[in-house]
Amino acid sequence: MTNQEIFDTLKATYGGAIGSFHEQGGSAYMKRTSSYADIVEYSQIAQICQYLRDEPTLEFDNLNCLSCDDNGDKTLSVIYHMESLKFKHHFAFKVTVPIDHPVVPTVTRVWASANWHEREGWDMIGIQFHGHPDLRRILLDDDWEGHPLRKDYKEPEFYRGMKVGY
Amino acid sequence: MGILNKQDDPFGSGNIIITGVDTLLNWSRLSSLWMMGFGLACCAIEMMAASASHYDIGRFGVIPRPSPRQSDMMLISGTVTLKMATRTKILYEQMPDPKYIISMGSCSNCGGPYWEHGYHVLKGVDRIIPVDVYVPGCPPRPEALLEGLMKLQDKVRRQSIARTAV
Repeated sequence: MTNQEIFDTLKATYGGAIGSFHEQGGSAYMKRTSSYADIVEYSQIAQICQYLRDEPTLEFDNLNCLSCDDNGDKTLSVIYHMESLKFKHHFAFKVTVPIDHPVVPTVTRVWASANWHEREGWDMIGIQFHGHPDLRRILLDDDWEGHPLRKDYKEPEFYRGMKVGY
Repeated sequence: MGILNKQDDPFGSGNIIITGVDTLLNWSRLSSLWMMGFGLACCAIEMMAASASHYDIGRFGVIPRPSPRQSDMMLISGTVTLKMATRTKILYEQMPDPKYIISMGSCSNCGGPYWEHGYHVLKGVDRIIPVDVYVPGCPPRPEALLEGLMKLQDKVRRQSIARTAV
């Protein structure tokens, strides 16, 4: 299936929860792997992911990447890239949440590989993945304050008595 | 230091070595600088190359040890993150005296490419432990590391750990 067909199937099933489709420019590979859909109703993404994985014509059995982003306009995004190893097609979608309430349902029950990706998203950007079995920091130490890849992050002057600045 | 051959030996049978205490101790110490075996980043790859047969750091008596308790020298081979800095300091404190530090590469010398935006990088390992030799480079080639090692050997050669007679 092409990305447009996958999007149409999704739109036919979930209707208003799905936003617009963004075709990525550039090479055919970029078009295939990086074209994405917006998900308006982000409380439903766990169900949508379950559908994408289990629907016999789609079978997205592999979550390639789950990445998080600070858009710089008081919103944060989570981007899901997935592929079907059987049909060799790709799809991606994006949810955007406000920075003062960054809560997104977890997809670890759909793809177990999302576990560490979501922990990294929490560590770096500070998105709270609701229902995650073990939402701890994964790269930084447990006593770190703040989420360093946010645009408004200020690095501390000292960390455990060590000067951080140059 | 000199070895007298048997013919000229005034003390009967067997060879005799005449040397100073410091000279002998320093010679043995600098010829067996056992190295704390751990790598931090890409410099560790060059350290491994220096340890392999082509550059053969073993001919200087450098043997990687799996424990700080058995090590004379610690090679900081790479980026010291703030998380790792705490551990590095503990490892340094576990080493028995006399102990030496070689800081390898720009990252552990001064923060390297992370000097401005590296919120997680310690800008120079000399902020937490005393460094004897700095090896510049990003990463330094094995030859540069061997040069640094020979500089450290020169330093050991000039030291005195024997108590002087009053």
